[in-house]
Amino acid sequence: MTETPLISVRDLSVHFPIGGAGFGKKLFVRAVDNVSIDIAPGTFFGLVGESGSGKTTLGRALLKAVPLTSGHVQYRDNGVDLDLRALSKAELKEYRKRCQLIFQDPYAALSPRMTVRDIIAEPLEVMKITSSRQETDERVREIAAKCRINLEHLRRFPHAFSGGQRQRISIARALVCNPRFLVADECVAALDVSIQADILNLLNSLQKELGLTFLFISHDLSVVAHTCDHVAVMYLGQIVEIAPTKKLFANTRHPYTHSLLSAIPHLDPDAEKKAIKLEGEIPSPINPPPGCKFHTRCPFARDRCKVESPEWRQMDDEHFAACHFTDELNLSRA
Amino acid sequence: MSRPLLTVDNLTVDFKTDEGMITAVDGVSFELKEGEILGLVGESGSGKSVTAKSLMLLNAGNTTYGGDGKIVLRHEDRDIDVLSIENPRDMMTIRGGAISMIFQEPMASFAPAITIGGQMVEQLLLHSSMNKREARELSIDMLNRVGISDAKARFDQYSFELSGGMRQRAMIAMALSTQPKVLIADEPTTALDVTIQAQVLDLMKDLISEYGMAVLLITHDLGVIAQTADRVAVMYLGKIVETGSVRQIIKAPKHPYTKGLLKALPDLDDLGAALTPVAGDIPSPLERPAGCVFHTRCPEIIAGRCNMDLPETTDLGTGHSVSCFAATPLVEAST
Ligand SMILES: Nc1ncnc2c1ncn2[C@@H]1O[C@H](COP(=O)(O)OP(=O)(O)OP(=O)(O)O)[C@@H](O)[C@H]1O
Ligand SMILES: Nc1ncnc2c1ncn2[C@@H]1O[C@H](COP(=O)(O)OP(=O)(O)OP(=O)(O)O)[C@@H](O)[C@H]1O
Ligand code: SF4
Ligand code: SF4
Ligand SMILES: [Mg+2]
Ligand SMILES: [Mg+2]
Repeated sequence: MTETPLISVRDLSVHFPIGGAGFGKKLFVRAVDNVSIDIAPGTFFGLVGESGSGKTTLGRALLKAVPLTSGHVQYRDNGVDLDLRALSKAELKEYRKRCQLIFQDPYAALSPRMTVRDIIAEPLEVMKITSSRQETDERVREIAAKCRINLEHLRRFPHAFSGGQRQRISIARALVCNPRFLVADECVAALDVSIQADILNLLNSLQKELGLTFLFISHDLSVVAHTCDHVAVMYLGQIVEIAPTKKLFANTRHPYTHSLLSAIPHLDPDAEKKAIKLEGEIPSPINPPPGCKFHTRCPFARDRCKVESPEWRQMDDEHFAACHFTDELNLSRA
Repeated sequence: MSRPLLTVDNLTVDFKTDEGMITAVDGVSFELKEGEILGLVGESGSGKSVTAKSLMLLNAGNTTYGGDGKIVLRHEDRDIDVLSIENPRDMMTIRGGAISMIFQEPMASFAPAITIGGQMVEQLLLHSSMNKREARELSIDMLNRVGISDAKARFDQYSFELSGGMRQRAMIAMALSTQPKVLIADEPTTALDVTIQAQVLDLMKDLISEYGMAVLLITHDLGVIAQTADRVAVMYLGKIVETGSVRQIIKAPKHPYTKGLLKALPDLDDLGAALTPVAGDIPSPLERPAGCVFHTRCPEIIAGRCNMDLPETTDLGTGHSVSCFAATPLVEAST
């Protein structure tokens, strides 16, 4: 990447202590383990991977919403240069304005006691961005209209809305204070495919118009394929492959990515099923296996994989993967 | 063919709100048969979850069930008229005894102050004759089967400590552990990666034949529908607009809304293609359109007709039925 990344992550780890250990040593969940990525400004950076592999935690770490155990995160934008592990109070305030989360679970996210208008307006008021109620209202109506929220609904309470309607409310809330960087965590998973297409088009045009940068977390690989410029694949707290989107899909270099792509449910009920079933034990981030973390389930694993963890290697221009045997395997999509 | 386990006939659900009456479900009818998966797809906000919650009487306090609507559950050779249940035993039967639900909102369905395992055990003690130890063993086993590693440690964790997908799997494990006759699965796999999704769907399919379950599967993922459902119903603005076998709906859709949905799907083989949503705005539920509910957005609208008359549900002959004037010209010509 020639451009200076908006977000640079180096060797980042986020570990959570968990209870129940009793005597002896404390247990930790290694939710994010030694992750390094660069997110270029004005792009959609996709993050896919196994459920529980640490995608949400990584997203939250970039928003400074969980404590960073070790490593570095640097934010650089037009002369603003912030080290996320060493933010002053004023810098943190500034950073909070610039970075917003679009939630995974729209049901838990919206306070049931606030009207839709107040939910969307809250960030403006908390961060004192607007100076009068009228200005706030104008901004709220403008962003609500952009997100295709019926303006009549602004006076209502969120409990009466369906998942899809709520998701648009949380997108409006995230966009209302003109952020620079957005973490969109499963932000279209609750929507029907038509509204999903609509929201993706909307995010896309807003991104172009305002030069926004997205960390786009999703389990829907066709959505990621259509939306993102680069994609990173996570497995058990680590990134196993990164590539420009087209390359990742056409020229897969990691066996986990390969099995993931093979399992996309086909729209044709009669299509031949070619999903690679992952046998073997699903490892736990509390007690991750040695060597390559995927070896307990990898169809290509050999003895070496059980003891030696694979190096992070450049495949070609902008394409990286961590697998001992990637050069010998033919993983291209059929 | 055996009698259906559950029959929904002309279900109408209204909500009283400050701004007026909202009709969320309008004359919906379908059947759930033993060993069969009925997929329910459709617009966000079209009433899928409200329909599902009606089967367990779980809608909010401001709900009225309209006129002659009926939900009948066949249970131990007896018919339970769900909408007029009065005794607590029948209530227990529809809430976790015979009917079990995987909720769309996993966060909201686990109490924050009780561990995952605590809740699973409580559920089992209520609906089975197991003792605490057996309930614990079964729960841990179910957590394993839905692909949660370290199930014993996870059993003692709280829902906020799990990832979105783990929470969803824990809920699936809980819903299946009581061996329900009818399973309602509302977006059960949206938070799962596709490999785990495939594993969970396989498990569900196995248990469906093992328990002889009837399943209502609500999802926006048409690929999941294609790979799991037997029959599909499509909802728009409170109405089922088309029903058929999964092949009929996916390969030869007749209703313009169904066609629009399929067109809106992102295509993996053409990454550069623009995404095309169904044009137009979704009408407010407070102002339902007269005539065909889809006429305000329909590309095939027949002016002077669709905006005046309500298209009847017409059976095209092979279990494929549709409510649309443009899709049923033959039937129209013969009247
Ligand atoms: N607050 C917390 N306390 C303890 N453990 C946590 C906490 N938050 C997350 N974890 C653990 O960290 C790991 C990663 O979770 P995370 O939510 O980041 O996964 P994810 O990739 O977003 O998964 P999904 O796709 O299911 O949403 C999991 O093992 C989870 O249980
Ligand atoms: N308690 C309530 N009071 C008023 N309106 C309600 C209530 N519950 C649901 N609604 C309304 O009923 C309609 C149908 O909602 P429902 O949750 O069934 O949609 P859905 O088809 O499940 O959508 P999604 O795909 O987004 O989950 C929505 O317009 C919603 O706002
Ligand atoms: S290093 Fe070995 S176990 Fe890991 S992905 Fe490659 S082949 Fe599989
Ligand atoms: S009845 Fe008319 S408006 Fe309704 S879907 Fe058919 S053609 Fe379109
Ligand atoms: Mg997550
Ligand atoms: Mg719903």
